[in-house]
Amino acid sequence: MSDVTVQFFASLREDLGKDRMTIPLDHSLSVSDLVIKICAAGDTAWQSALDSPDILVAVNQTLVERAHEVQPGDEVAFLPPVTGG
Amino acid sequence: MAAQIRISVQPEDFDIGLETAALAIAGTGGVNSFLGVVRHQNDNADVRCLRLEHYPGMTEAQIQTIIEEAESRWDVLAATVIHRIGDLYPGDQIVFVGVASTHRGDAFNACEFIIDFLKTRATFWKKEFTPDSDRWLTTRQTDLDTASAWQANEADPH
Repeated sequence: MSDVTVQFFASLREDLGKDRMTIPLDHSLSVSDLVIKICAAGDTAWQSALDSPDILVAVNQTLVERAHEVQPGDEVAFLPPVTGG
Repeated sequence: MAAQIRISVQPEDFDIGLETAALAIAGTGGVNSFLGVVRHQNDNADVRCLRLEHYPGMTEAQIQTIIEEAESRWDVLAATVIHRIGDLYPGDQIVFVGVASTHRGDAFNACEFIIDFLKTRATFWKKEFTPDSDRWLTTRQTDLDTASAWQANEADPH
């Protein structure tokens, strides 16, 4: 069993009222399945915000698709559309 | 030879004179730079404050990747990207991009490429405070279109 660290940034952090959480994990699972675990541990109302196609996902600071397999110990981040520059 | 690259994401202000001069390394024929400044008005509203946040580590790595992509397309001898975070106010300097090349054309192109991709790819987020409200800004379609044009063309899209 090894924790996955989950981070929420910017507008998503404010919508969820949370900037990070840890999810215990003993096997790999897809980002989509991780979202279900996150909502179960947090709030089921988060599902639509986290499933939004506007939200990008990074695992260990690299952008991934929703089908990507998250491993125990990974760092997962949910990222709203970027607005730098 | 790999380009001299400097990347900094910082709350502190920066000196564009010092940064520009530092780019003029041996072999340089021209330095092109871009300075982004916080607007006083945005979408017809008075801007009180712009709050910027980033994803430490990932943002810097993305900027490195963008610079390396520019380096693969043009002659880049040196490149600097400085992006501020935290609370900024109208008139404040927010971002600096500078590129040194042997000839000016590469410096102009690489500089524009880097700022265009910085706006659409790097994990920065802006929250704008006006007298009436505050809101997270969303990516402008024109910025996405500009970045797409660079991807479609090896040459300058304009």
